[in-house]
Amino acid sequence: MHADEKFTDATWPASPEKATLEGKNKYLGFWLFLGGETVLFASLFATYLALKDKVPNGEAALAKDLFELPLTFVATMLLLTSSLTSVYAMYHMKNNHFKQMQAWLVITIALGFGFLGLEIYEFNHYVHKFHHTFTSSAFGSAFYTLVGFHGGHVAFGLMWFISLMVRNARRGLNLYNAPKFYIASLYWHFIDVVWVFIFTVVYLMGMVG
Amino acid sequence: MANEQSNSANPNVDLKYRRKKNAEEMKQQVITFVMMIFFTVISFVAVAMEDFSHWFIKPVILLLAVIQVIFQLYYFMHMKHKGHGTIALFLFSGLAVGLITVLTFLTIVWL
Repeated sequence: MHADEKFTDATWPASPEKATLEGKNKYLGFWLFLGGETVLFASLFATYLALKDKVPNGEAALAKDLFELPLTFVATMLLLTSSLTSVYAMYHMKNNHFKQMQAWLVITIALGFGFLGLEIYEFNHYVHKFHHTFTSSAFGSAFYTLVGFHGGHVAFGLMWFISLMVRNARRGLNLYNAPKFYIASLYWHFIDVVWVFIFTVVYLMGMVG
Repeated sequence: MANEQSNSANPNVDLKYRRKKNAEEMKQQVITFVMMIFFTVISFVAVAMEDFSHWFIKPVILLLAVIQVIFQLYYFMHMKHKGHGTIALFLFSGLAVGLITVLTFLTIVWL
């Protein structure tokens, strides 16, 4: 079975992402990377929790002054939904439906950009309204590093999806690119996993006090 | 390469079966998603109500987050499928190191 072989719906493997040795290895290697990412984000969470609300004076904004539930809620819904749409994309990938897969990926990317837009608005708001900047306090540094790192992952994930789609636009699905799409969607889910902890630990627990 | 679709002499019969199986899994995924949204809404509403003590609300929303992440990992990221032993080892090792880091920072850092 060659990676660039043409498939019909009947000959397309049930798990195309793991049908080649390269695909299998990529899958395993990517999860090793995700294990490392877990450590990275855990240390950023640890730093944030240790430095939360550690500000130099009484005028500086604290977590409960900054955060607003509606904005976080909308951002959360966008990212959670984009996780489901990428599941739909992989469902069509397994059924050898290239066009539908591309369509669901476009929706995923659009939702991702929506999330990123909200985050940029949010940071801009904090800086200009509350003078809560990266260098204003230990709290500020920890907050922007943690949430910004996640936002950076979202931006990277979007670039990843877009480059895959552009590069394979006319190639269609084969065993060469199936693992690539699959792994990009795994990365996207991982971004969502991290966000679940961010909205809980940073925003919700920050609002509770 | 071992191929899962070669169980049947007639690939079209097999294709029908696989399509059905994929559709069923997709249905499960949508149910998972609905539950994740449900848990998220509970967390946000609990915080928005401002009625509960933070000693109660923090463990509850953390628990809801953990359940949501288990759904995400085991359903959306397919860890419930067989052959994910090594992968679970990678992830849980990372998680163990991470949790110890959080615990350490929470107990020995103060400003």
